[in-house]
Amino acid sequence: MSANYAATATDMIKTFGDTMAVAGVSLAVPTGSIYGILGPNGAGKTTTIRMLLGIIDPDKGSRALLGRERPLEAAHEVGYLPEERGLYPAMACEEAIAFMGALRGLPIKEGRARAIALLHGRGLGDWIGKPIRTLSKGMAQTVQLLGTIVHEPKLIVLDEPFSGLDAINQAKLEELIRAEAAAGATVIFSTHVIAHAERLCERVAIIAAGKVAFDGAVDEARGRLRPIVHLRTRAEDGPWRAALPSDARRSGREWKFELPEGGPEPLLRALLDGGAGIETLSIERPGLHDAFVAIAGEAAARKMDEPVEVAA
Amino acid sequence: MTVRETLSSAFVIGRRDFNATVFSKTFLMFLLGPLLPLLFGFVFGGIGARAEKNETPPTVAVISSPADFALLDKARTRFLPLEEGRPLVTLKSVAPEPDVPAQRDRLLGAEEEKLLGVLDGGLTAPHFTGAVNADGRTVKQIGLFVDEAQRLANGAPDSRGPPVKISLTDQSGGSLASAREITARAGQFLIFFLTVFLAGMLLSQLIEEKSNKVIEVLAAAVPVDSIFIGKLFAMLAMSLVGIAVWLTAGAIGAALFLDQGLGSLPPPAVGWPVFIALGFIYFTTNYLLIGAVFLGIGSQASTVREVQTLSMPVTMAQVLLFGFAVLGVGQPSSAEAIGAAIFPLSSAYAMIARAAEEPLIWTHISALAWQILWVMLILRISASLFRRSVLKSGPAFRWPWQRKAAL
Repeated sequence: MSANYAATATDMIKTFGDTMAVAGVSLAVPTGSIYGILGPNGAGKTTTIRMLLGIIDPDKGSRALLGRERPLEAAHEVGYLPEERGLYPAMACEEAIAFMGALRGLPIKEGRARAIALLHGRGLGDWIGKPIRTLSKGMAQTVQLLGTIVHEPKLIVLDEPFSGLDAINQAKLEELIRAEAAAGATVIFSTHVIAHAERLCERVAIIAAGKVAFDGAVDEARGRLRPIVHLRTRAEDGPWRAALPSDARRSGREWKFELPEGGPEPLLRALLDGGAGIETLSIERPGLHDAFVAIAGEAAARKMDEPVEVAA
Repeated sequence: MTVRETLSSAFVIGRRDFNATVFSKTFLMFLLGPLLPLLFGFVFGGIGARAEKNETPPTVAVISSPADFALLDKARTRFLPLEEGRPLVTLKSVAPEPDVPAQRDRLLGAEEEKLLGVLDGGLTAPHFTGAVNADGRTVKQIGLFVDEAQRLANGAPDSRGPPVKISLTDQSGGSLASAREITARAGQFLIFFLTVFLAGMLLSQLIEEKSNKVIEVLAAAVPVDSIFIGKLFAMLAMSLVGIAVWLTAGAIGAALFLDQGLGSLPPPAVGWPVFIALGFIYFTTNYLLIGAVFLGIGSQASTVREVQTLSMPVTMAQVLLFGFAVLGVGQPSSAEAIGAAIFPLSSAYAMIARAAEEPLIWTHISALAWQILWVMLILRISASLFRRSVLKSGPAFRWPWQRKAAL
């Protein structure tokens, strides 16, 4: 099990005061995958991650990180970018990166050399020697991200890594995540933006209200939904209507419904034979967003779309 | 997590803290600060030198016939040219009473006289009673005076009478034991002074990490124990750098302005080299003990304001600990002295006093082991409280004042 999974959690429960932040989360992150933890704010993503990493212990349940029951024992092989970013403001960029590496067991000299190489490699050579406090928030976040991977961890955990980044840097981050995964690392990241998960992840856990509503491949999540048919007809009514499912939604002469079990052929035949007069017809594969709505419910989905305060 | 990993993580944390503190511009102010009062001390004073001149030389009462005393005094006068800085023992004639032992005990117990000892038995059966080391200066001088007086009495250059019989007592009014109290108190005060000035900084050690959110990065990478150990030792190292600088400056100052620095203090029971070494060691353990408590208290505070508010009460608590240890000075075997040595937070103060008063070494070894054990215990407790109440790990834990009122 430990060889196949970089991280596992079994029935983790965590209560803060009267609030149950995590109400029995179980996860299995396959080694070498890009794994998204998806859910609205306050769903328990960060608490789940902090328990996985051993920053806090769950009230109940267990977890294993790279095969170790005590996550801190795997600390040297893990990189972590917390949701609330934090660096020592007086430290120079390369020192901050080297320090983060040193915390994970990388000798400080080696860390400094790698930090300089990492910065140069991204065209950020002129940041060398600059104290963190002189950088913008986004720049500091990039430095912290480099500090997260400087010791070449086997497992990279990123908590809301896209928040606070502009579109260009979001794209760069996606590229970095893909590159790390291609190099063999397992990447876990949490997000409330479905598009990021959809683009990057092979597997997702959908967390809502402290519980895992779904854990599996993105395709599997989508596969839970039938494709959606959008139809526009010239005829208002006719025998072809019998071919449409009873819960099809209609606005004027437009219909939207799930593709019936039989697939597109019987539907098309019924429409043509019944003289529906097809104006437009599209059959769409459901997106992760639709799957999310179906799995986590409308309420959670609405929460996902709420504006979010950007983490510091 | 092995001990080695915990310590190497602590080293990473400590190195960052040490560098961040020592290689900052404010550290220069930190170094210069304590030198200012020292400078004033030297400019306005030579205080130490003057105090030394006022000091009365050690006195030994001689219970003997006037003739014997005259010979002893004459003998003493012959040695006077050897005085050079440190005065010879002064002799004081006392007429014998019928019950000499009772008279001797009374003289030794007399506080106002400050007698180091009593010599009785005349020149034929000289007997010195007092509370000094058998190889001490006083006994050697008395031996010489008696030898010389016997030679003068017999008028023959080589003739020697019976040697001085020596009885050492624990205490006498002016005994070295009570003089050593000064050394004991000086040692205690120095450690107290340095700890009060330097350990308070540990209160605010975790505020930086908490306010700039680095704590999350640290706690994910290393055990909280390592964070605490690293921070504590970094501040100790920084303090020792400061002390080294101040000591050097102080020594240069003393060499320039004073004839004798430590010479004016009565020698401690364990001797100066051991006493100074123990002073360093006990400062270190005291700093670690009190610092660990401060670190633990400070880690619970969530704002700088809270830390500032806490700093006065914790300083008062330190004064209280110091006061507790001061109680036992002068009576190393009293309940107060032993209690203060056993209570971990006053142990270092009590033990440095003991080093001045008692020559035993094993007590220091066991006290150090005891103190180090408590440093580890306090750190562990602080770290686990931090994990539970600040990081909110494990079963719910709240301080009583954080609990919602039941009303």
